[in-house]
Amino acid sequence: MSRNRSALARFRRTRELSLGVLALLITAAGYVLLSLSEAPALPAHVWGFLGTLVGLFGCAHLAVRRFAPRADATLLPIAAFLLGVGFVTISRLDLNATPDDPAVGPAQAVWIAVGIIAFVLTLAVVRQARSLARYRYTFLMLGVGALLVPLIPGLGTQINGARLWVRLGGLTFQPGELAKVLLVIFFAAYLVEKRELLSSGSRRLGRLYLPDPKHLGPLLVPWGVAILIMVQQKDLGSSLLFFAVFVAMLYIATLRSAYLLAGVGLFGGAVAIAYQAFSHVQERVSTWINPWGDAQGAGFQLTQSLFAFGSGGFDGRGIGLGNPNIIPVNRSDFIFAAIGEELGLIGTVAVIGAFLLLVGSAFRIALQSARPFSQLFAAGLAVILGVQTFVIVGGVTRVIPLTGVTLPFVSYGGSSLVANFIILALLLRISDESAAEAEATAAGAARLRAIESAHS
Amino acid sequence: MSVGIRRVGIAVIALMLLLVGQLTYLQVVDANQLAHDPRNGRDRLKDFRSPRGTIISADDQILAVSKPSNDEYGLQREYPLGALTAQIVGYQSIVVGSTGLERTYNDVLTGGSRSKLGLRDVVDFLRGTKRVGNLRTSLRADAQLVAKQALAEQKGSVVVLEPSTGQIVAMYSNPTFDPQPLAGHSTDSVQKYFDLLTTTEGNPALPRAYREIYPPGSTFKVVTAAAALDTLPGTAERRFPTNRSLPIPQSDRPIANFGGSSCGGDFTAVFTRSCNTAFAQLGLDLGNQFPTAVEKFGIYQSPPLDIAPGSVASTGPEFGGFDRNKPRYALAAIGQGDLFTTPLQMALAAAGIANRGVIMKPHVGVAVTDDQGRLSSPIKDEVWRQATSETTAATVRDLMVNVVERGTGTAARIPGITVAGKTGTAQTTTDQNPHAWFVAFAPADAPRYAIAVIVENGGSQGGDATGGQLAAPIAQRILKYLLVPGTPP
Repeated sequence: MSRNRSALARFRRTRELSLGVLALLITAAGYVLLSLSEAPALPAHVWGFLGTLVGLFGCAHLAVRRFAPRADATLLPIAAFLLGVGFVTISRLDLNATPDDPAVGPAQAVWIAVGIIAFVLTLAVVRQARSLARYRYTFLMLGVGALLVPLIPGLGTQINGARLWVRLGGLTFQPGELAKVLLVIFFAAYLVEKRELLSSGSRRLGRLYLPDPKHLGPLLVPWGVAILIMVQQKDLGSSLLFFAVFVAMLYIATLRSAYLLAGVGLFGGAVAIAYQAFSHVQERVSTWINPWGDAQGAGFQLTQSLFAFGSGGFDGRGIGLGNPNIIPVNRSDFIFAAIGEELGLIGTVAVIGAFLLLVGSAFRIALQSARPFSQLFAAGLAVILGVQTFVIVGGVTRVIPLTGVTLPFVSYGGSSLVANFIILALLLRISDESAAEAEATAAGAARLRAIESAHS
Repeated sequence: MSVGIRRVGIAVIALMLLLVGQLTYLQVVDANQLAHDPRNGRDRLKDFRSPRGTIISADDQILAVSKPSNDEYGLQREYPLGALTAQIVGYQSIVVGSTGLERTYNDVLTGGSRSKLGLRDVVDFLRGTKRVGNLRTSLRADAQLVAKQALAEQKGSVVVLEPSTGQIVAMYSNPTFDPQPLAGHSTDSVQKYFDLLTTTEGNPALPRAYREIYPPGSTFKVVTAAAALDTLPGTAERRFPTNRSLPIPQSDRPIANFGGSSCGGDFTAVFTRSCNTAFAQLGLDLGNQFPTAVEKFGIYQSPPLDIAPGSVASTGPEFGGFDRNKPRYALAAIGQGDLFTTPLQMALAAAGIANRGVIMKPHVGVAVTDDQGRLSSPIKDEVWRQATSETTAATVRDLMVNVVERGTGTAARIPGITVAGKTGTAQTTTDQNPHAWFVAFAPADAPRYAIAVIVENGGSQGGDATGGQLAAPIAQRILKYLLVPGTPP
């Protein structure tokens, strides 16, 4: 087989390894700095820590070498960087752990390992992205089912006012995180199948051509169910995310701006209804408009977050030297505020920059693919990563009303980590496929040589 | 489909750049405001959790110290001398902020700001030591106690300082307050105590010595005399007519001498006997030169005192207003009318005469020591202003010696030591008793201490009070304690 002798594969994997080592060094440096903020000594288990880092990254890297050797070289190192920043920040916040607010660093370490297992399994099991499209309705059922599970009495658990968790034994899990991926698979497959019908429009309403409801129905129904469930579970962030992903994918598939307008209109309507119907939505909005009015009450979380960014300033207060423990929910929803306080604008822009590269790479993977399903699927995953980052960072910096979602790879949270690792694996799978197909054609091979010479 | 992917991709990237914009706003443009917003607890936590140096008096008494505590801050600030030094040391309060030396020398006490990172810091860091600074002061707890006892129950102030350095030895005013409850960590009880303090009659939280202004009465003749000697040629040789009162232009109310007596003669005589008629005439003769001349002593200025929130400025008649309002100038020359001074300002005026015309910056902090008590940096004595010429200062000094030897200030005499002083009995509103004043320095030929004493509204003597009877003995007692070894407090 020419697979392992491919110049592109060698080039990309070498680059992935060297970028990954850089990410590991940054993580280890952050960990050492954190320890130095406490006492003038290296952490006792620094070598164990470093070994674990190398081991975890090594597993993921070897899995890519084995299962997707031609895949994009930047995704995994960027994810490693974000995981490292997140883990160091979580460990830093653990310094102020109390019995009511226990340390979660060790649990996060275990979840990272679980995430990497999910990553390897996804790469190993999903050998062709297009095979996913075949099971679209299965994924639809699984996705809706996953959203419904927390509502089952005895199994579901309410945390921070939102009923999103499933408790099994001692572990809590948020199946909604996985539902996002499953439903994006369904959307991509369905839209690719019906895009001709959806974009032409057979019925005329005034000046607008509307598609046959027969074709639109299967899209709107699961989407509506998903939204309703999430509103019911008070998970506004996921609803917003879902909405954005759905509209974006519909637009990419059909290129009809009418869908975009309809999406915005529907969203406005949904917001208006939710605002009327739910007091917690009203509170979020009024806190967003004026967090200072009730800075000790409803506005406490947001104002404390803004204070953290301000106190951090341009260069931050230094790892371990600030007071990010003042910020509530600081390991998940507000972790970015903790980063802002201790690493300053330099740190926050570095993290946003990493997300830009991550999302940009995901969009590039979508563009490089020749298969419609893979294109749309990769774009959907890119939108998930990008919009989720925007929703939570925008929320804690008061760009938009605050809704609780995790910051991908950075926040504490097992389900979110596992889901994001799966997204990563799927993107790498699509990337590998595109590269392999390009290599197989003469024109593609020429293009690849051009890429290589540009890099060397 | 590529077109759609590109467009959506650009939109998502634009959203992220929007975040970078907002982060720049929060962390650069608005950062300072957010960082120091009173609702942002970080400054407070930093200040109250950090080790903080000790403030020590000149006689090695601890004025402020941080002791380990069991609450979330881990440290509790304590003020062992309590009310005796509260208006100088100040306090560090979670609720109402900091004042006094605690505020002025905050950076010193906390070990300096982090921005100046040097080799020392790296060494300290590696050795695990945290650098804090201790503040040594010129304040003497024993002198402070004598001032308190001398004032007894009367409202008023005492300021004692070294003319040659500007170092404050004692500065006490009555009433005062216990700072300890303000340093508590319970927001509610601190706020309650603070509200109680600010509503208590007599306003004990007000440091009268440097934050309240009074008419200085005849003690101001020290300044007027120097101003006339510097500005009007022939003043020293001038003879003043003996009169009961002086008619004032633009006014139907003549200025009378104290007690309606006749007063006049040469310059020494009118100073020694404190003739209002003669000094009101000097005020009229100085005219528009009066404000400029007294400003050289620091009237109209806030003395650069190192006790936050600093001293208030003393006031005088408006510049260039003589032709419109001659009576205000005549009254100001005898320390009445628009003239209001702080007790600190009058002590500085006396110090200026004592120190050959030069007024030093008044200050309490004298040195910073490190955590082992080793001197790390002295706080320099600095000149505040040239109040008058050396010759004039010598002339006024001799006049002041005369006041104590044979004039209105004989109660301030100390056996074996020449004291230079000036009394004042300042009229207030018609329904209030006068303020009794005394300013002095001693020994007259080599001054070590300058002092200003005020007893408000006649103190224990009521309407009969005079500066010579009420304030001069207080100054005498304190100067004697400081200058004659073995004097009991």
